[in-house]
Amino acid sequence: MLVSELKPLDEIVGYLREGEKVFLLACGGCAEVCGTGGEEAILKLRPALERAGHRLTGALVLPFLCNKALVGFRLARRGEEVEGADAVVVASCGVGVQSVAQVLDKPVYPAANTITMGGLQGVWPSEERCARCGDCLLAYTGGICPHTVCPKGLLHGPCGGSQRGECELEPGRPCGWQRIYDRLASLGRLDLLERYRPPQDSQKGLDVPLSRRKAPFWALEYLEEEG
Amino acid sequence: MRLRERLERGEFVITCEATPPKGTHVRPALEAVARLARYVHAFNVTDLQSSVLRMSSWALCALIKEEGYEPVLQLTCRDRNRLALQADLLGAWALGIENVLALTGDYPTLGDHPGARPVFDLDSVQLIAAIQSLNSGRDLAGNELAGATGFLVGAVVNPGVEPLEPHLLKMKLKVKMGAKFFQTQAVYDPKTFLRFVREAEGLGVPILAGIIPLKSARMARFMNEHIAGVFVPEEVISEMERAKTREERVKRSIEICARIIRAVRPLCQGVHLMPMGWEEHVPAIMELAGL
Ligand code: SF4
Ligand code: SF4
Repeated sequence: MLVSELKPLDEIVGYLREGEKVFLLACGGCAEVCGTGGEEAILKLRPALERAGHRLTGALVLPFLCNKALVGFRLARRGEEVEGADAVVVASCGVGVQSVAQVLDKPVYPAANTITMGGLQGVWPSEERCARCGDCLLAYTGGICPHTVCPKGLLHGPCGGSQRGECELEPGRPCGWQRIYDRLASLGRLDLLERYRPPQDSQKGLDVPLSRRKAPFWALEYLEEEG
Repeated sequence: MRLRERLERGEFVITCEATPPKGTHVRPALEAVARLARYVHAFNVTDLQSSVLRMSSWALCALIKEEGYEPVLQLTCRDRNRLALQADLLGAWALGIENVLALTGDYPTLGDHPGARPVFDLDSVQLIAAIQSLNSGRDLAGNELAGATGFLVGAVVNPGVEPLEPHLLKMKLKVKMGAKFFQTQAVYDPKTFLRFVREAEGLGVPILAGIIPLKSARMARFMNEHIAGVFVPEEVISEMERAKTREERVKRSIEICARIIRAVRPLCQGVHLMPMGWEEHVPAIMELAGL
């Protein structure tokens, strides 16, 4: 179970360039239970995107976005709706966003911040991982998580140990920042790497304070404890 | 003249690495610095290079300063979070240290305490931003300081790394956030270095080319294979191979270094020497290079 919370709507809309058409994808798994996925997310995101002048080519809830094979298969069926979009906004945990980024050659933007994992994460064994940093950066990194693909969790490009696409940590391990660079280059968005990102709030990745445990998931846990 | 002024005036600058002791005996390091001071404008004191435990960089910097020489504090993001980094910077400034080189840092598993927890709370770009912030009288959280720092901030870049483009973008960001000079990884192939200099020219920051004397052909091969961005051309390796005795190897190595320095001199604003235990041969290299 990955617990996420919706990003401020302005931040999500801010990822998009003027007039870009959007396909909206929401997770019906953990994210729905947290109130960040499912129909609820679509109901919140659709008007915000439309108000900002972005036409929706389609919207879809899939049971588990971390199931990459299912995502690829179902999106392929949506043909034009997906193809006609300039970008995809994904309401799910960081793993779901990354799995969508892997199956589509389009910019993929996160609608949520992942704050903790309360148990089983993901249902499909794949490369995509989330370190629940609580301030999802996937919009800037081509849908590849800098915290999990780079052992140093760097936010501004490769360290000096990166060579021929390999990480300094061990031979054969891909340099995460080379992957991010290549992906952004193929999306024509290298401009994103010229922006400064201030240090993140590390507390978000540690234990989650009670005040932030709003999701039904937590409520359930406490009910059980009191039981 | 201070490092800052030399760089600003466009003069050719020579920096050299000084390695803190593994232990508390600082005399040998300070004596090496004193012997090289005639040739070198500032001494970069390494910060647990290759993740191997040594004395703190700021401590040797302060001692070097006390002896009347100019230190550059190397500071990595590997071992300190944003609080500790800023605290050390404030302390360094109070001790009279005026230059900082901001680095990411090697991963701990490469060193002699492979189980150490990697920190990387900031990355090198954010560290540069933090130093700028202290220079402007505020900490990273925006709180006012009783006394600002006035550091000259440098950064590193690896001119031989493949592919170069992502590193150039990062270099650009470092300049944007306040890096005022760059020191590079070791250069052995002036052609590769020239290609890098052409790409980086537009940024308008002084670049100091890295120089590491080769101790043997084996060392050259090892670096080609294991050190990111280091490329020793085959001709240079066979030059080292032809030297049969230790004496000949030293002589050859000095010649190679001097040749590289002469080749890069018109292309950049200085050299950064990393003698790796061969401090005694630095004077011969400098004499032969005409510096
Ligand atoms: S940036 Fe990475 S760690 Fe942070 S929420 Fe997104 S996927 Fe998770
Ligand atoms: S080589 Fe790449 S993935 Fe490895 S630590 Fe450096 S930037 Fe991160």
